Formats: sequence, C-alpha cells, structure tokens
Amino acid sequence: MAKVTMIQAINQALGLAMERDPKVMVLGEDVGKNGGVFRATEGLLDRFGEARVVDTPLAESAIVGSAVGLAMGGMRPVAEIQFFGFIYETMDQIGTQASRMRFRSQGRFHVPLVIRAPFGGGVRTPEIHSDSLEAFFCHMPGLKVVTPSTPYDAKGLLLSAIQDPDPVLFIEPMRLYRAFREEVPEDWYEVPLGHARIAKSGDDVTVVAWGPMVPVAEAAAEKAGQEGISVEVLDLRTLSPIDTQAIIASVQKTGRAVVVHEAVRTGGFGAEVAALIQEHAFLSLEAPVLRVTGYDTPFPVPSIEDLWLPDAGRLLEAITTVVRY
Amino acid sequence: MKPDKEFPIRRVIDEDGQLVGDRSGVTDDELKEFYRWLVTLRTLDQRAWNLQRQGRIGTYPPFSGQEATQVGVVAALDRMDWICGSYRDWAALAYAGVPLYYPLLNSMGHPVSGNIPDSVQALPVQVVIAAQILHAVGLAWSAKLQGQDRVAVTFFGDGATSQGDFHEALNLASVMKAPVIFVAQNNQWAISVPISRQMNSQTIAQRSLAYNIEGVRVDGNDIIAVFQTLKEVAARVRAGKGPALVEAVTYRLGAHTTADDPTRYRPSDEEARLSHGEPVARLKRYLLGAGILGEEDFQRIDDEAKATVDEAVKTAESYPKSASETVFDHVYQDLTEPLKQQRAAFRQRVAEGGGQRG
Ligand SMILES: Cc1ncc(C[n+]2csc(CCOP(=O)(O)OP(=O)(O)O)c2C)c(N)n1
Ligand SMILES: [Mg+2]
Repeated sequence: MAKVTMIQAINQALGLAMERDPKVMVLGEDVGKNGGVFRATEGLLDRFGEARVVDTPLAESAIVGSAVGLAMGGMRPVAEIQFFGFIYETMDQIGTQASRMRFRSQGRFHVPLVIRAPFGGGVRTPEIHSDSLEAFFCHMPGLKVVTPSTPYDAKGLLLSAIQDPDPVLFIEPMRLYRAFREEVPEDWYEVPLGHARIAKSGDDVTVVAWGPMVPVAEAAAEKAGQEGISVEVLDLRTLSPIDTQAIIASVQKTGRAVVVHEAVRTGGFGAEVAALIQEHAFLSLEAPVLRVTGYDTPFPVPSIEDLWLPDAGRLLEAITTVVRY
Repeated sequence: MKPDKEFPIRRVIDEDGQLVGDRSGVTDDELKEFYRWLVTLRTLDQRAWNLQRQGRIGTYPPFSGQEATQVGVVAALDRMDWICGSYRDWAALAYAGVPLYYPLLNSMGHPVSGNIPDSVQALPVQVVIAAQILHAVGLAWSAKLQGQDRVAVTFFGDGATSQGDFHEALNLASVMKAPVIFVAQNNQWAISVPISRQMNSQTIAQRSLAYNIEGVRVDGNDIIAVFQTLKEVAARVRAGKGPALVEAVTYRLGAHTTADDPTRYRPSDEEARLSHGEPVARLKRYLLGAGILGEEDFQRIDDEAKATVDEAVKTAESYPKSASETVFDHVYQDLTEPLKQQRAAFRQRVAEGGGQRG
C-alpha cells in the first residue's frame, strides 16, 4: 500500500470509477488539460479522453444543471465546482432540481450526480473561496452531504458517492488536500455513506467534528489528554443523512459534547447536532452542549483568518468548560 | 453571418507600432500621458509578481497585457461614470484614481483595499465571475431613473461571457435602455480554458446582435483604438441610445495568478506570437517611430515609474495593520447584539494571544 495525500486519493477514486464504469464522466472548469486547480483530475484527460473529462465553459449553473440532465439520461456525472464559494451559482439547480427530481417524478427519474468542491479556510485564499456553506445543503431534502477528513475516507467515500443513486454533494477540505499522507489501498474499496467514524475514543467528552475540523479536534484532544481529560472525537463524514446513533452512543458514554465547525455560528450545522443530542440524550448530559464555530461575519481576509477560525486552543477551552461545568 | 466582416477589429497602430488607421482625436500629449501610465502600471504589475514570489504579498492576479484596454476605457469616461470591475482590473481603478498601493494591500489581505476612495466612482473588485456585470446594469438604470448624466462601465473576461449573468445583463440593459458599456476583455484564456472552448461563436461582439444592442470589436492592445472607440460608444450610450458591448481583443501575457502555471496548458509558440503585440512595447514603438518621444524620454519615464512603484510598495508595507476585530464592523450598519457578544469574546481571545498558528 502506498502512502498518499487526500488529493491523490481523490484522483485515484475518480480514475477507478471511470475505469469500472464507462458512464462515469467528470466535468467542470479547468478539470481537463490543467487537471483541476488542485490537480484532483490530473491525468484523467489523457486516460479517458475529452468526451469523459470535460473542460466546460465557465458557468456553474450550466455545469450542475446539465449534469442533472446527464444523470437522468443515464450517465454518471461527477461535477467539479472549482471552489465551494462558487456553489452559490448553482443553488437553484441543486435546491430546486437535483434534490427534488426523484420526489417530483414520484420515482420515475433520479439523479445519480456527485458534485465535488474544495472548501474551508486556512489556505489564505481571496474572498468567497474559503466559505463553509454545508448547512445550506443539509437543509435540502433529497441531497446527501459528505465530507472526508482523511485520504482513506476521501477515496472510499467518493467511490460510494459515485455509486449512490441520489445526488451527493462531496466537499473536500482544501487545507487537508496535502496536509498529510496515509496508507490507502490502490484498489477499489468503499466507505459507506451515512456512518460517522470514531477518530479517537475517549470517556469524558465527545467532540463532534467533520472535514477540516477533525485534525483540530484531534489536536485539542491531545492537549486535553495532557490535562487528564479523555476526549472522544467523532468524525461525522456524512452530514446528511446524519448518523444520529453514533452521536447519541458517544454522548451517552461521555455525558458531554462540544461541536466544532468552521462555518458561521448562527444556523450552522452544529445547532442541528446540539438539538439531536438534547432530544435523544438529555438524561445523559452533565453539561450543556457547546459550539465552537466561525463568527457571524463573512469569512475574513487572510490576515485575520487564523484568529477567526476555530483552533485547538478555542476548542480546548470549550472542552474544559463542559468538563468543569 | 460573417462575424469577422461584421465585427472587424478596429486598430490604429499595429503590433510593430506602425500607424495603420486614423489617429484623429488623440493628441501627442494624451499619448505621452498614456505611455507614462502604461509603463507605471506594467512596472507595478511586475513588482507585485516579484513581491508574491518573495512572500511579501499573497496571491496576485497580474493584468500585464491588458493595460491599454483598462486605461483606454477609463480615459474615455467622465469623472462621475461608474466602474464595475473584477480582480484583474486594478489598472482601470488606478487610472481612475485609486492609489497604486491598493492592489498590493488587496493581495496582502488588508481590508482597506475594499474601501475605494470617495473620489472614485467604482465598486470594490469582486471575484465571482460575471456578477458585477449586473451591478453595472442597475447602476446605469438608477442613473437613468434619477436623471443623472452618468453611464456605467463594467469590465469582465472572456470566460465571464459564458455565465448566465452576462446574458441576463445584456438582455435587461437592452430592454431598459440602460446606459451601460459592457467591456469584454478577451484575453483569450480563462485560467486553462482557451476562448475556442469557451464559446462556439467567432466573436464575443456578435452576441450584441441577439440582444439588439450596439457591438464593436477593438484591438485591446492598441490604446489609441480603445480610447477612440470608447469615446464614440460612450457618447452614444450617454445620449440614450441604449447599452453597448465592446469586445477588446487582448492577451493575458502570463499566468492567471501567481498560483497558476500556464506551461501546463498553453503552447509557448502562442505566447511568443501573441505577446509581440503587447500594448506597452507597441505604443513605445509607435512613439519612437513618430518622433513623439525619444530614448532619453523612455529612460526618464522608466525611472519615474520605478520610483512611483517603490513608493507604492513602501506605503503598502508600512500601512497600519487594521485591528483584527474590524472583521465585526460593516457586517451591518449597527453592530447587532449577537455580534457584540462575539466581538467581546474575540477581543479577549486576541488579548490572550489566541489564534496563533500551530
Ligand atoms: C463564479 C466563479 N466561478 C469560478 C471562479 C474561479 N475562477 C477565477 S478566474 C476564472 C477564469 C476567468 O476567466 P475570464 O473571465 O476570461 O477572466 P480572466 O481571468 O481571463 O481575466 C475562474 C474560473 C470564480 N472566481 N467565480
Ligand atoms: Mg480571460
């Protein structure tokens, strides 16, 4: 087994899916000759040709809207949106079309479409590029929302997403693309959608995280450990449909929970997690569920980014607060 | 339709600086001033590239190759006309009066670069491809509704013409007879995607036909042609004849941004061929040939440009840092209750040294 980065793992998954199923195609801006601005589609044009690796005109709504048609017509499109912030251009096609076609047609049509997009902060991008917008999409019935935090999961989840009969939004933490390598099988394997992963087990407090915040949660857990606090880190991996059982099982064990996300606080997905916990594990709770999140402002300019983003220090404070509550 | 015939490229000086058209309406003094600006802007752009390579600024989108279009267009406007541009349009903004250190501050992530000085009627640059085209329609429309003698100009790229926003803007402006000038900077590339893959039309200008508005094509590397064209177009738009689409054909001389590597997708023989007609060298050849400026003048202009740019770099690098908590300002007019609390927590965290990397 080779050690690969997340971006390489994603590239492998796309290559394998295209090899196995001639209906799988990728489309997006700069995905062909340039191999994607992050190189996720590197080499695919040479291997699979222009009909299946498509540099589209610059129009996100066209990419997703036509991918909905491609999918209904029998293809398996994997659309790339260059940066998640530009997904706003596609809100209509995702929210009113892709996610509802099955429902609208009462099962006659379905949309096996994957939309990939890099997201999140920590890489000093210009405006809009770093926004974490996952909450909008968890509010769209009919759509699945997936985000990996490791190379292994990235590949396995993406292969599951491409197999999935329903539309899947697959958001990739930009800052983890090349952050570390891990052993990833070269062959096909799947990580099922809808299942959280215990990234680190512990007894005193559950930290619920996803995507770019998982390593931050692990770092905070490490620091907490030095202070004698045993933290369990739960990596949700799929936000929608959410793995309620895994969250509840963990909180029933630890009695405390902190949710961490980069996205702005109000109306964030952390609120959903907190609500589920109080609905299902109220009697296990020793402390209120806390959130560590971005602030309720637009994502800041690069010079302020590190202060704005949740980090291990802020998370540790919340962990200590719930433990001492 | 033969778009090449119906939308011929207007040009006054060719790649070698030879006069091939009618130069009327542009004085020698104007040309000298244009040249001084082009050199200063080119110097700034190249310096910005180097500063990024030295880690002194962040990602930077060079405008080299597009100076003649941006300066020529703005030079033809009135002071109160609106300018709506994007990330690559700092040359237009600088000529309109935005300080030269602004693009540097922008790439350093300083929020002040969004705050265009009140004396300049321009929106801040924004990165969502084609969105500003619609703002120009609204600004022009509002000028019309209020009886103001103002037109709006919007700059955008060849890639932007694929977005719905572009087509919606042309149609709406046409229906409303809004005084907008749409300036497509066809630099022939949208990151790695060539114009031939962006559209199956031969020209961008011909899209004007579909919306029943004026459409022209101009050599965007020829500042004389750009300036003349815009003067004429602006006069018609200002007179209430409805919007116009100007396709300025130019070339992105280098990478898309400092984060891009064009050798992955762009043939070097194309670069060599199309760089030859670039606007600064072209105007220089003309001015020299026509005896308007001589070698000593060029040297002096280069030296002055360097000094001006040095000054801009110095200002940018010594510019007072904005307090981190300003991220809570300007979200709403008045700080909301939740934001007040968040700002207090943020302030405390900064005071305690939180948020350092690692
Ligand atoms: C809506 C949107 N999609 C994608 C991007 C990423 N992106 C930035 S520049 C660019 C290409 C733009 O090409 P063009 O319009 O020709 O302008 P140029 O960069 O050549 O000036 C792309 C795809 C973006 N900024 N906004
Ligand atoms: Mg372009």
